[in-house]
Amino acid sequence: MSILVGKDTRVLIQGMGKTGQFHTDKAIAYGTQMVAAVHPSRSGAIARFEGETDHSGVPGRDDTYSVDLPVFATVKQAVSETGANASVVYVPPPFAADAIMEAAAAGLDLVVAITEGVPVADMIKAKRYLADKPTRLVGPNCPGVITPGECKIGIMPGYIHERGRIGVVSRSGTLTYEAVYQLTLNGLGQTTAVGIGGDPVNGTNFVDMLRMFEDDAETEGVIMIGEIGGTAEEEAAEFVASEMSKPVAGFIAGTTAPPGKRMGHAGAIVSGGKGTAAAKIQAMRKAGIVMAETPTDMGEAMARALG
Amino acid sequence: MKIHEYQAKGLMAARGIPVPLGQPATTVEEAVAAVRPLIEGSGNPVVVLKAQIHAGGRGKGTFRESPDLRGVNVITEGIEGGPGAAEEKVGELAARMLGSTLVTVQTGPEGKVVNRVYLEQGIDIASELYLAVLLDRTVSRNIVMASTEGGMEIEKVAEETPEKILRQEIDPAIGLADFQANELAVGLGMDGDTARSFIRFVKALDRAATELDTDLIEINPLVVTTGSLVMALDGKMAFDDNALFRHPDIAAMRDESEEDPAELAAKEAGLNYIKLDGTIGCLVNGAGLAMATMDTIKHVGGEPANFLDVGGGADEEQVTTAFQIITSDPTVKGIFVNIFGGIMRCDVIATGIVAAVKKVGLTVPLVVRLEGTNVEKGEEIIRQSGLDVVAADSLKDGAEKIVELV
Repeated sequence: MSILVGKDTRVLIQGMGKTGQFHTDKAIAYGTQMVAAVHPSRSGAIARFEGETDHSGVPGRDDTYSVDLPVFATVKQAVSETGANASVVYVPPPFAADAIMEAAAAGLDLVVAITEGVPVADMIKAKRYLADKPTRLVGPNCPGVITPGECKIGIMPGYIHERGRIGVVSRSGTLTYEAVYQLTLNGLGQTTAVGIGGDPVNGTNFVDMLRMFEDDAETEGVIMIGEIGGTAEEEAAEFVASEMSKPVAGFIAGTTAPPGKRMGHAGAIVSGGKGTAAAKIQAMRKAGIVMAETPTDMGEAMARALG
Repeated sequence: MKIHEYQAKGLMAARGIPVPLGQPATTVEEAVAAVRPLIEGSGNPVVVLKAQIHAGGRGKGTFRESPDLRGVNVITEGIEGGPGAAEEKVGELAARMLGSTLVTVQTGPEGKVVNRVYLEQGIDIASELYLAVLLDRTVSRNIVMASTEGGMEIEKVAEETPEKILRQEIDPAIGLADFQANELAVGLGMDGDTARSFIRFVKALDRAATELDTDLIEINPLVVTTGSLVMALDGKMAFDDNALFRHPDIAAMRDESEEDPAELAAKEAGLNYIKLDGTIGCLVNGAGLAMATMDTIKHVGGEPANFLDVGGGADEEQVTTAFQIITSDPTVKGIFVNIFGGIMRCDVIATGIVAAVKKVGLTVPLVVRLEGTNVEKGEEIIRQSGLDVVAADSLKDGAEKIVELV
């Protein structure tokens, strides 16, 4: 079992710019089933990806790959021609929210939006548009989702992952990698790792992910990595205390962040005394979450939480 | 992005939102010249002179050079002082305010230099309220927040008397509905002309928030005049930086004198940089990791000199600029580069560091920790450069090494 993505996930890409192409190639090398690309002015073209297989990914493949991705003008066409059931969005910020809505309108199960810098107002609208649809949005401004050995959607380096027992959920991309790599080194491994993104309005929050990990038979424990700004970690802590049976470890970034300053992520800001690291750490400890003192200790904290 | 009160009021006035008449001035002469037209235009002999800085608490704030002088001053000399009395007082106050440093609860002890004042008509106030349109992250929607407790710090009201704060969620497809505006008016104890004036005001404010992509519009105080008109006595606006591309007119309102020069240079290079008080410069990819790097430096006994996130897609040039910004800070006694490559490739970072060191030199210890995409290439580039770099194999290891070296 895994959550969100697995070996049956068929992915289309929206936004075939330089970044989109680079990471599509990496995803194919990992073994992800990339099946189509959507580009309004390159419809009918074929995008070829070839290179050396990343053997840290899906097992049992040849040493090289050559994949031809058909390019479609709309997501609906791509879905009906290829049976894609998930999308990854690299579309530039002004058009990203529209791409997300197009993916939802085409009935995809999952949309992973990597794009950073989407206007908040656009995301408010997109989120309302998605509210009555079955499509799950992860992101924007996130590294993506990976189920090691099955499917990698996003920009995370594949080789740091190892299939295992722990679910990872984080607002920060690079801190997700830190946690994942430590779990690989200490042998716990990951079931699925999910970056939910650093924006104030995102598609999937901590509670959504914790619920999925709680219901996933393979996942034995969860690491959640938060940061300053908002109250999503406090809400997650309440959920952990009342609904989670599995052990949870955690880390919060931004203890030393000055108030009133936006720390890189649009959502990472302490304003009016709200959203501090101290308040989040306190709420998480109170909920029984084992907190890592530094990001280097996240894997160790998870091991302690498992007992 | 923040703007000044006079700019926010200009944007409101252009959208039919009642604000007092006013005129900004950057010199004493401009301030004095604005007095007569304002008194004649408003019919009120009282004027108000307000310091324009990007921080609140001006009414209670004082000037470092004149501890008896506040950031907001009501000038009543025009009532009985005869011709020229208001001008004389405005001239005297403007001379003491312009170029001086105003210290408020929000500026920190270092205060902010006042480069501009705003002269405004006096208003006959019946009552003071609070009104704001802002994002509520828990519902992923904007909300209107209103309170009868005008002129107070809203955080304090929320803590002490939360029942005095009214909220309405705004559906992005509908906007603030009439009944919601009416519920707010009733909740604020209004009726008749006042309620009608308020409803028009709050609906226009909601439209302005949507049209202008604001992060926050805060009116504190919102006043009801003795003539039952609802009016913005103060006005604060902050905009979504990610939406400025569709508002060139707003982007042009940026007052660079309000911002830290190094932070500004970083922003122009597409970097996220925030200056802090410590001695260890950090260059990191990813906002979360950059924060965690600062936290870890502090945890092992050091003090971070800055937050610097080079972002996911930085090129060699941006890395060089980032390095230059860090090394040009005289308080930096050591540098810690911490990269976990995803989008960011370690070889790009390594090439940037080598280029930067060759360009600007290196006089302080440098610890580098690389992990992730193309890490071998990155390590190879640094090894072959012959630079005096200390390698670290984890965040904590790197933090300990740099703290030891400084």
